[in-house]
Amino acid sequence: MVHKVIVETTINGDPVELLCEPRQSLLEVLRDELDLTGSKEGCLTGDCGACTVIVDGRAVCSCLMLGAEAAGKHITTVEGLANGATLHVLQQKFLEHASLQCGICTPGFLMSAKALLDHNPNPTEGEIRYALAGNLCRCTGYDKIVKAVVDAARHGVGASQHGKVPTESTAEVTRDILEREKR
Amino acid sequence: MAASTNGTEYKIIGTRPIRHDGVDKVTGRAKYGADYTFPGMLFGKVLRSPHAHALIKSINTEKARALPGVKAIVTSADLPKLADKMEAAGEQAINLNHLSMNILARGKVLYDGHAVAAVAATSGHIADEALRLIEVEYEVLPPVMLVDDAMKPGAPILLDSLRNKEDGPDQQTNVAAHMQFKRGDVNEGFKQADYIIEREFKTAMVHQGYIEPHNAVGIYNADGHATIYCSTQGTFVVRSLTAAVLGISEGKIKVVPAEIGGGFGGKTTVYLEPLSVLLSKLTGSPVKLTMTRAEVLRATGPTSGSTIRCKMGATKDGMLVAGQCWLAYEAGAFPGSPVGAGAMTILSPYNIPNILVDAYDVVVNRPKTAAYRAPGASNAAMASETVVDELAEKCGLDPIEFRLKNASHDGTPQTVGPPFKKIGMIETLEAIKNSEHYKSKLTGPNRGRGVASGFWFNVGLQSSATINVHTDGTVSVVIGSVDIGGTRAAQAMIAAEVLGVDINDVRPVVADTDSIGHTDVTGGSRTCFATGWAVYEAAQDIVRQLKERAAKLWEKKPEEVVFANGMLSPASGNGVKPMSLKELAPRLARTGGPIVGRATINARGVGPAFATTLVDLEVDPDTGKVQILRVTVAQDVGKAIHPAYVEGQMQGGTAQGIGWALNEEYFYDDKGILRNTGLLDYRMPTCLDLPAMETIMVEVPTPGHPLGVRGVGEVPIVPPPAAVANAIYRATGVRMLELPMSPPRLLKAMLKKRAASDSQAAAAD
Ligand code: FES
Ligand code: FES
Repeated sequence: MVHKVIVETTINGDPVELLCEPRQSLLEVLRDELDLTGSKEGCLTGDCGACTVIVDGRAVCSCLMLGAEAAGKHITTVEGLANGATLHVLQQKFLEHASLQCGICTPGFLMSAKALLDHNPNPTEGEIRYALAGNLCRCTGYDKIVKAVVDAARHGVGASQHGKVPTESTAEVTRDILEREKR
Repeated sequence: MAASTNGTEYKIIGTRPIRHDGVDKVTGRAKYGADYTFPGMLFGKVLRSPHAHALIKSINTEKARALPGVKAIVTSADLPKLADKMEAAGEQAINLNHLSMNILARGKVLYDGHAVAAVAATSGHIADEALRLIEVEYEVLPPVMLVDDAMKPGAPILLDSLRNKEDGPDQQTNVAAHMQFKRGDVNEGFKQADYIIEREFKTAMVHQGYIEPHNAVGIYNADGHATIYCSTQGTFVVRSLTAAVLGISEGKIKVVPAEIGGGFGGKTTVYLEPLSVLLSKLTGSPVKLTMTRAEVLRATGPTSGSTIRCKMGATKDGMLVAGQCWLAYEAGAFPGSPVGAGAMTILSPYNIPNILVDAYDVVVNRPKTAAYRAPGASNAAMASETVVDELAEKCGLDPIEFRLKNASHDGTPQTVGPPFKKIGMIETLEAIKNSEHYKSKLTGPNRGRGVASGFWFNVGLQSSATINVHTDGTVSVVIGSVDIGGTRAAQAMIAAEVLGVDINDVRPVVADTDSIGHTDVTGGSRTCFATGWAVYEAAQDIVRQLKERAAKLWEKKPEEVVFANGMLSPASGNGVKPMSLKELAPRLARTGGPIVGRATINARGVGPAFATTLVDLEVDPDTGKVQILRVTVAQDVGKAIHPAYVEGQMQGGTAQGIGWALNEEYFYDDKGILRNTGLLDYRMPTCLDLPAMETIMVEVPTPGHPLGVRGVGEVPIVPPPAAVANAIYRATGVRMLELPMSPPRLLKAMLKKRAASDSQAAAAD
């Protein structure tokens, strides 16, 4: 029998004390121990992003982190994205742009997009695509997801800062990013 | 107000309201199958074969059973042996004996990942440990992985009892079926041709790639009734197949549809559902099973890899005169590839007087294939649309002009069945021809533009709908079609349109199998067509009853009441104030009680779908990597109920088609073991791989459907592989005849071409 450990952490703004086995991933702890089933499992190998949560400001695949590692960290899950009954601008824009079909990837995309906009309120379309490249969506072809994030930045999160989102052609942007990566 | 191409003006249809299940899905509240838990629930895991082909000599579960926390273990010995009987399952029929043998192998494993035993334990980790303690003794047999090998005389035989008509009852075989389709005389046809192109294509096995793995929670009650919570495209299919596999009667099973995280055809059969019920029966506890990603890839239905030969002939002036095709598709371990559909779609976009198509369904040591979005048609179109592109070039015609000259239209004979009715193939070509994209110039080195068209039948099948009118004037629309891509919203829109109520006053509800009449799968592009039709008729049923109630209030006959623009009024005005549903609803109790509208349908007259896709891309000459620069897809959508979700289908199908074209493939080693069992190596497109996707919806209403709806989900996946291949040709001069056109494959082809032209140049010197 594996012995459980006590973990003190902060989830969606609230202090949480939980018991988990050392081998349990953060995703498993969120879903199975805390009933926070909004974070989804698509692969358990860090390839799909459906389990993305924000840990101390960074988007993290919760399937690649142990529950025990949550000790002392601040974790935001999709359940903590809305402000009470008011949706976060990203949630609203995902609905307006029909950015979800089956919706299984949506929590992960929302969290990756939030982590991006928190750091960079006015990203280019290319920066958005780069930031979301770790999240797989098999239903939408990404078009409406990217448009929702562009719109959220323009009218919501980034609007207070300044101006509009520059729109280059995606292909150009992609190439720029790839070049930058090569260097 | 949205104008329709069939002249009808709609208030709600054609607009883009927010989906009713949207808030639940952006807040993480929506419950998918894996999100269900119940008190005392156990966790199940499945032991899978490490061999591609082997006899099971023995299974010893003693040590595993002794592990604390293990509650039950089942093998095929716990399932009834079923006869070779076909059972309808959505678009395809399933052989129940094979289905049972796929759920738990009986005597023999037929592919890497084939289920051998299942365990229920108090935690998933303990169930995993138990799997490691089960001892299975195998006698390994040689595997056969490719159709070409499996069809050879002397090939290893997968199924001892498999026979086909041609080889007769004494001949063991891997060829489950041969189909042939014919029109005119191909030999005469080819004699008229000035140009003939003949090519052989190979396409790799690919997976639907839904992000949500399969799941099921089974709860078996002491009274013999069972409930299954699962993510499926068809609750009624799960019910009938589970009942058949377990040998219990259908009415004793209730299937509750969880939200579903993608399916694309892959969730129209059962894998875990019967195991969850069986394990629950043995333990007395609810049992949940979920697959890992590796299990999804190794053991759930991908779609067929294939070998296709395609020969077509055209006259100098660009008229197609003959087409001859030979298709062999991997069925996986059990018969039932979509090769028939491939054969019936391969030449359908064109009016060709002489055709001959041969199709072979072949078993190989790979997982049993399942439906995948326009099953069989993308492989086929890769072949025919490449050959068409070559012929256009030979004739000196623009590829769109060539297609327009030969395009199928109303009255063109189909490969099978009556001639086409109203279809939109020509309209999709015209739409691309007139698009800004097509008119724009593509410049720059290593870049190319390609076009291809595709066809898919769509299906009708059975649906039921119930509409309840509530006292506050809201209505609930109850359907049995699970919502994978916004169909709740579309159904609500149809009801709102007919009833003249606000879209937010309609609540769409997806009900379990006890609470709604039989409804076939969400698949075959049928949900808006058939379930939408049932909802339309159920709303008409409400209108009829509303008229009766108003007549009662006004002391008139029901036929003296008219309903227009959402208002009831007497046919001959006598100063009575017209009334809406909302105004009448509170008075139902006093006029005869509640109103429930209902309709069931076995939808006929389905409208087939066509799409044409235009792709710009750039090839890296050093690595063979392809970057998609721009994509436009034009599709005949009949009548778009919720255009945003129609565009979504077009974009999603196109993205899957591009993944199929460029990267996705099942990679087996020489022992028949799948080597890419994760999403890093089974490489699906990310948002960095794809550009913005432009869509052009062409609306050619389906005759006979009350709203002109045409299925939209499947056909967009058909053209992309060929469109990409044709664009690669324009960029590099290389004709790719194999999918995927991954960097190593394309690089090899480019180097070969360069070497050939170098040696030519050297010879000329
Ligand atoms: S489940 Fe964590 S990345 Fe896929
Ligand atoms: S909406 Fe289904 S995977 Fe993204």
